[in-house]
Amino acid sequence: MIEAQGITKRFGDHTALEDVHMTVPEGQVFGLLGPNGAGKTTLIRIITRITGPDEGRVLMNGRPMTDADVAHMGYLPEERGLYKKMKVGEQALYLARLKGMSKAEATKRLKERFDRWDMGDWWNKKVEELSKGMAQKVQFITTVLHEPRLLILDEPFSGFDPINAELVRTEILNLRDQGVTVMLSTHSMPSVEELCDNIGLIDHAHVMLHGNVRDIRRRYAENIFRVEYTGNRVAMANALSFTGELIGSTEDGDHGTARIRLGKGCTVNDVLRQLLPAVQVRGVQEEIPRMHDIFIRVVSETTPEQVTAGMTE
Amino acid sequence: MDKIKLIIWREFITRVRKPSFLIMTLLGPVLIAGGILLTMYIASTESTTHHVLVIDPEGVIGTRLKDTEDVKFLIDGQNWTDSAFKASPYTVRVNLLPNVLNVPQADLYYKTLPSEFAMSTIRNELEKAIELAKLRDANIDKEAYDRVRKPLDLKKFDIEEVNTQSFAQERALIGFFFGYFMFIFIFMYGVQVMRGVMEEKQNRIVEVLISSVKPFQLMMGKIIGIALVGLIQFVLWIIITTTMLGAGTAAIASNKFDAKQLAEQGVTADVQAQLEKAQGGQGASFDQEELLGPLRQLNIPLILGVFLFYFIGGYLMYSSLLAAIGSAVDSETDTQQFMFPVTIPMVAAIIIAQMAVYNPESPAVFWSSIIPLTSPIVMMVRVAMGSAPAWQLLLSMVLLVATFIGTTWLAGRIYRTGILMYGKKVSWKEMGKWLFYKG
Repeated sequence: MIEAQGITKRFGDHTALEDVHMTVPEGQVFGLLGPNGAGKTTLIRIITRITGPDEGRVLMNGRPMTDADVAHMGYLPEERGLYKKMKVGEQALYLARLKGMSKAEATKRLKERFDRWDMGDWWNKKVEELSKGMAQKVQFITTVLHEPRLLILDEPFSGFDPINAELVRTEILNLRDQGVTVMLSTHSMPSVEELCDNIGLIDHAHVMLHGNVRDIRRRYAENIFRVEYTGNRVAMANALSFTGELIGSTEDGDHGTARIRLGKGCTVNDVLRQLLPAVQVRGVQEEIPRMHDIFIRVVSETTPEQVTAGMTE
Repeated sequence: MDKIKLIIWREFITRVRKPSFLIMTLLGPVLIAGGILLTMYIASTESTTHHVLVIDPEGVIGTRLKDTEDVKFLIDGQNWTDSAFKASPYTVRVNLLPNVLNVPQADLYYKTLPSEFAMSTIRNELEKAIELAKLRDANIDKEAYDRVRKPLDLKKFDIEEVNTQSFAQERALIGFFFGYFMFIFIFMYGVQVMRGVMEEKQNRIVEVLISSVKPFQLMMGKIIGIALVGLIQFVLWIIITTTMLGAGTAAIASNKFDAKQLAEQGVTADVQAQLEKAQGGQGASFDQEELLGPLRQLNIPLILGVFLFYFIGGYLMYSSLLAAIGSAVDSETDTQQFMFPVTIPMVAAIIIAQMAVYNPESPAVFWSSIIPLTSPIVMMVRVAMGSAPAWQLLLSMVLLVATFIGTTWLAGRIYRTGILMYGKKVSWKEMGKWLFYKG
């Protein structure tokens, strides 16, 4: 488990992070979200010990993190690249050895991994001969080769075609199942919903949202239900009376779908009780907001003034 | 520590493996040795023998001029027309102008331009003949004149070492050569460090690397790795150049001064001596002491030791500054404004080192041999000359060590911030701020 406690980081007059608290649970995928320039990369660099915080500390499994912990981390930065003139195999080997692996062990694992990902004949190619997607694959491999306990991926899917992105997605879930803690920074909200158990959203140097993805989505739910019915729309709308407000509907012949916001103090049961005599209800589902919408809501609602006035959670 | 070794190894091996390293390693000595050998060869071989027709209407020149292997003279009192000269087998015609004894002037016409070597033979012979004529005119005894004209042999002695003749100036020139060499190497490899840092930044590999190693390790690994490339190249240059020069001079010498061959051509030892004399310049007698004296007086181990020390110290100092510059900029064009202040002291050092050869005791030379930014190059000259007391040398060395520790520390702080900074036009002020960012 990784805990950031009261992290503050300033660059001159600019405050990149202020009093950031965040918990990344063990063996889960954690999504680090936020608009560009919010301070995500700075937080990642503090956790990877590339820079140090001005205030606060990072705990790993309850004890302060040390330089030795870096050996058990894999970090794929957003700004990533390879030496263009070096050969792929030689370079992967070099990066693996910098992580502290022995030459023999690194060679063995690399060969095995190259074969598994259909890269067997890349070993002696120069990096400049690879396509961007191919280079990304090499970078991903060098990030996970030393079997880190904590994997930090900054925009891991950018530059991948759908097939390779799927390969990486599967690999992330595999690693999670093996007990690896994954920290994922991405702008792709569908990936967040699909992969992440927990998230933290940073904006203007502050944590705006933090917790379980399902809980957060539920918390942002606005009591809107989607009711599928067969029958007359007007009859349905009249039947609602004060239990709910019809905020949208579509009809296809006899079949219709209505979006209904619950009235004050009413439950979905109250709504159904009113509707059942009027129309034939075929299905009911609560509308849970997408992460995409939550992200936009949170980020557009916060202005720097609000943040400094203490509008954080 | 293993990690920094890995970095050093990568920096070293990727550079040494490059074709450009092999080319530079071979090309350098070929250019240096080749240049020297070519001049020696051209000087030693005269393709054509010049037949010089000397027109001497006033009969100034006595009976004959001394012929050499390459230059044969014929004296004629009659004026030759141009067409007659053109038709003749003579290649050069010298018209001694009337009243040549008072107004020493002569016109030389040629079919093919004689080499500088042949030209100086012609001039020397004519001058000598005219000189003799003047002496005859003035009724001066030749021997008396020679005695009068004998130059003063001013031998220099350091009062501390009265038994040995001093060749300080000659030694200073050797020191300057070492200093100049150091300048080129420091600059060449310092710029390579800067380029390497920029390459890692432009490749975007740097953040991947510093998630495994400390920025300072990465910077020092690069600096040391490139220094090793430089030292290897330096050693190879010296070995290849000396081998080539040795073999080359031997080949040329055997070609030219083959004693047997000369004897067969009926050239006497006297003429051979004359030949050497002519080559040595204006009647300078070949003095072995003059050539070997400065070399014998050089404390070679001291010089090499000092050279190595100042080379490494100067390189560490400048390359760390250049590494900091490389980390701060996004592209080569942005380096200009930062390079300028770094190159200024180096160029100044070269100029002052030149001055030190002729005026070793000037205050500018003293101070610049103490101040670390210029001391590597200037002190080299002073040490070779033997004009630097031990305490000054020691002070200068201590200051240099302190400075390169300071600059690497400074550079390390700029570097660790700079390598992660993209798309920002950096100023000196900005870099100054980076120094105070917390780890």
